[in-house]
Amino acid sequence: MADDPLSITFAALADPTRRAILARLAEGPATVKELSEPFPMSGPAISKHLKVLERAGLISRGRDAQWRPCALDATPLREVSEWADGYRRFWDASYRRLDAYLERMKEQTDE
Amino acid sequence: MSDTVTWTTPSEVEVAMTRTFNAPQALVFDAFTRPEHVVHWMLGPEGWTMPVCEIDLREGGAWHMVWRREDGREMAMSGKYLEVAPHSRTVQTESWGPGWPETVNTTEFTASGERTTVVHTVRFPSREARDRALETGMRDGATASYERLAEYLVAVVA
Repeated sequence: MADDPLSITFAALADPTRRAILARLAEGPATVKELSEPFPMSGPAISKHLKVLERAGLISRGRDAQWRPCALDATPLREVSEWADGYRRFWDASYRRLDAYLERMKEQTDE
Repeated sequence: MSDTVTWTTPSEVEVAMTRTFNAPQALVFDAFTRPEHVVHWMLGPEGWTMPVCEIDLREGGAWHMVWRREDGREMAMSGKYLEVAPHSRTVQTESWGPGWPETVNTTEFTASGERTTVVHTVRFPSREARDRALETGMRDGATASYERLAEYLVAVVA
C-alpha cells in the first residue's frame, strides 16, 4: 500500500467498522469500551481498528494507559474534502452552462 | 430549485449526482449524447474547451473526448456504450487510459412535465481499482477520476 497521507486516509476509511467508529466519535470522545459496545467483535479487534485510525491521523487518544479516550481528528478528512471540490466544481460549472445552453436549444426548437 | 446537484452514495462503490433541468427529456438527452451539443457545456470551470468529441451512440459504440486548457494542457477520456435507451438511459464505461480504473457510468433521464431529472451514477469496479487510482493519482496530481474517488469517500463518511 502506498504510504502517502491521502492513501493512508483512504485505506482507513475503506472499512465500514472504522467509518462507524468515526461517526460515533463525531458526537464526542469515547472510551474503547464504549466504542466496542455496538459491534459484535472482540476488544482486540476494535483496538486494531483504532490503531489504523490513529495511524491515519483520524483519531487522537488520551495518554492515560488505563483510560485512553478516543477523539475524532477531522484534519485528514478536510484535506480529502478540499480535493473533492475539484470534481464538484467541474459538474456544477458544467451543469450551470447546460442550463443556459438548454434555453438556447429550446428557442431553436420553437422557431 | 433546479440549480443544485444532490450527491448520494447508493452503495459502497457508487456515487450519484442528481440534477433537474428546465427542459424536455428528449432535449436534455440530446445535450448529453450529441457531440454538437456536448462541446458547448461539458467543460467544467472557465478556460477549457473540448476540441475532440466523438460519440458512437449505440450498444458497443465507443466515445472519446479531449479537453484543452488555454495554456495547452490536455486531458483525454474514453469508453464504450454498454446500453443505449434513447431519451431515457445510457450506460457507458469511462477511463482516463491504461492504469486507471474503468468506471461504469449510468445516466438516467426522467421527465416531470416540461422538466427533466438526470441521475448520473458512477460505479467503481472494486476496492483494488480504487486503491490503484489513488496511487496513480498521487503521482500524477489531482485529476478528475481521483477527485471522483475522493468525492465518493467524503460522501460515505458524511
